[in-house]
Amino acid sequence: MLRQFWIAYLTITRKEIYRFMRIWVQTIIPPVVMVALYFIIFGSLIGQRIGEMDGMAYMDFIMPGLVMMSIITNSYGNVVSSFYGAKYSRHIEELQVAPVPNLVIVLGFVTGGLTRGICVGIAVTLVSLLFTEFSVYNPWVVLLVAALTSCLFALAGLINAIFANSFDDITIIPTFVLTPLTYLGGIFYSIRMLPEFWQQVSLGNPILYMVNSFRYGFRGSSDIELLTALGVIGFFIALLFGICMYLLDRGIGIRQ
Amino acid sequence: MYALEIKGLRKTYASGLEALKGIDLQVEEGDFFALLGPNGAGKSTCIGIISGLVNKSAGEVRIFDLSIDSSFIRARSLLGSVPQEFNFNNFEPVEEILINQGGFYGVPKALARERAEHYLAQLGLWQHRRQQARRLSGGMKRRLMIGRALIHDPRLLILDEPTAGVDIELRRSMWDFLEQINDQGTTIILTTHYLEEAERMCRNVAIIDNGEIIRHSSMKNLLRQLNSEIFVLYLRDDIAEVPRLASFDNVRLLDYHSIEVEVHESRSINDLISELAALGIVVERMRNKVNRLEELFVKLTAKNDKLSLA
Repeated sequence: MLRQFWIAYLTITRKEIYRFMRIWVQTIIPPVVMVALYFIIFGSLIGQRIGEMDGMAYMDFIMPGLVMMSIITNSYGNVVSSFYGAKYSRHIEELQVAPVPNLVIVLGFVTGGLTRGICVGIAVTLVSLLFTEFSVYNPWVVLLVAALTSCLFALAGLINAIFANSFDDITIIPTFVLTPLTYLGGIFYSIRMLPEFWQQVSLGNPILYMVNSFRYGFRGSSDIELLTALGVIGFFIALLFGICMYLLDRGIGIRQ
Repeated sequence: MYALEIKGLRKTYASGLEALKGIDLQVEEGDFFALLGPNGAGKSTCIGIISGLVNKSAGEVRIFDLSIDSSFIRARSLLGSVPQEFNFNNFEPVEEILINQGGFYGVPKALARERAEHYLAQLGLWQHRRQQARRLSGGMKRRLMIGRALIHDPRLLILDEPTAGVDIELRRSMWDFLEQINDQGTTIILTTHYLEEAERMCRNVAIIDNGEIIRHSSMKNLLRQLNSEIFVLYLRDDIAEVPRLASFDNVRLLDYHSIEVEVHESRSINDLISELAALGIVVERMRNKVNRLEELFVKLTAKNDKLSLA
């Protein structure tokens, strides 16, 4: 039976990867272009006037955050659009009638989101080499944080897709929740610049922990302790995974 | 062991609609079974519950003695279903749809490809195997769904109106294909609005109406309940008025050379021909006005409607 589940998992994963690779112009290129624009505007033009941040050039400071932002939006976007698309055109029923446990469905879609997040992350990192020279302090931390963050936002995208009843519903969360939290998550500034009150408020933003632990992997310094950040990310992964399993087991959003 | 056994199955939707009111149903292994009923009777809800698309409110469903609740992995491995509406990814190539579905059932890719090639050839889709599914005609899409349902070699196949919107020539070739699958041992449950299809292929039948099974018997026994049939008779010579027949009171003139007569089970066709011959009327040809099962179906479901309204 394990072999049966393994084949089902590979099938879902292959389908998911094929889906975003087939339309790579729509899935891989736009984040690369967007990040290049961020580098030009915030890094080259405005960044020169800002000077240093946390002891490093502003361009170097924002680079990990921009990569992380791309990973977050793409791993989320991949799963939310794929799962909701399957619901909308009803081919999610192909999975529902098959002997596939919900755990395998969740893992398959999350692997698809993770793969897109990592692919985009690599592409964006390569583009950033055109604008800044960077060294990697701890590549394992970089990979671990990128993978965990992708998983977390793939799970978040899945929850959004399960509840979504229209295409509008899959844009509301990215627009009104994800983007503000990302921009306020320490990509463009260090929270040490903020007054004490806003520093404490910022600590409630989970994206802050991801951006800072990712930055730690590149620079070896961060606003947040690495283990604390990994703990927060791990906690949210466990929470969202539990919610996904509960929703699928109950058939919420997919079964009448 | 039954291929399908349903006990006290109930479904009440969130809107309060009671789609199934505690139905019981058994389908023997190897059977070709018809599940018939008017629109909104509860057929698709019942099939949806069996195949895992609809949550049941109460009751038990067993596939080859495996509960769809406690042994859902093994139970679903034995089941193939063809839904009423197209539910594949229109942008996927035809062959990939079949291979991926095999993958969901744990069929290794090489074997799934082999089976996909077999069914694509059998169902006349071979030359379209690399096309995106959206480019197929309606009939081709129906055949694709049948091939997809068979890719994991199920022992029970449920077809929800598989020939809807399909032309008669194609429908007949699909009948032959399904009979062949049934002959090879696959139990088939069919819902259809084409009752001649059910009468031709199915050995047993259940009629569901207003969420209840109102008849469950062999096709032969069911058709025996039909106590009258209407025949259309084509006459050699023109006639001007309705002939007066002593034993047949429901006679209607269709045009100058054809009449319609209701023949009760107490009377034979010979009686009818003899009475007409006595009046000098020669019958050249005759046919049933409607399919026998259709006639019975309309009577049963209409009766049930009256009961529910009373």
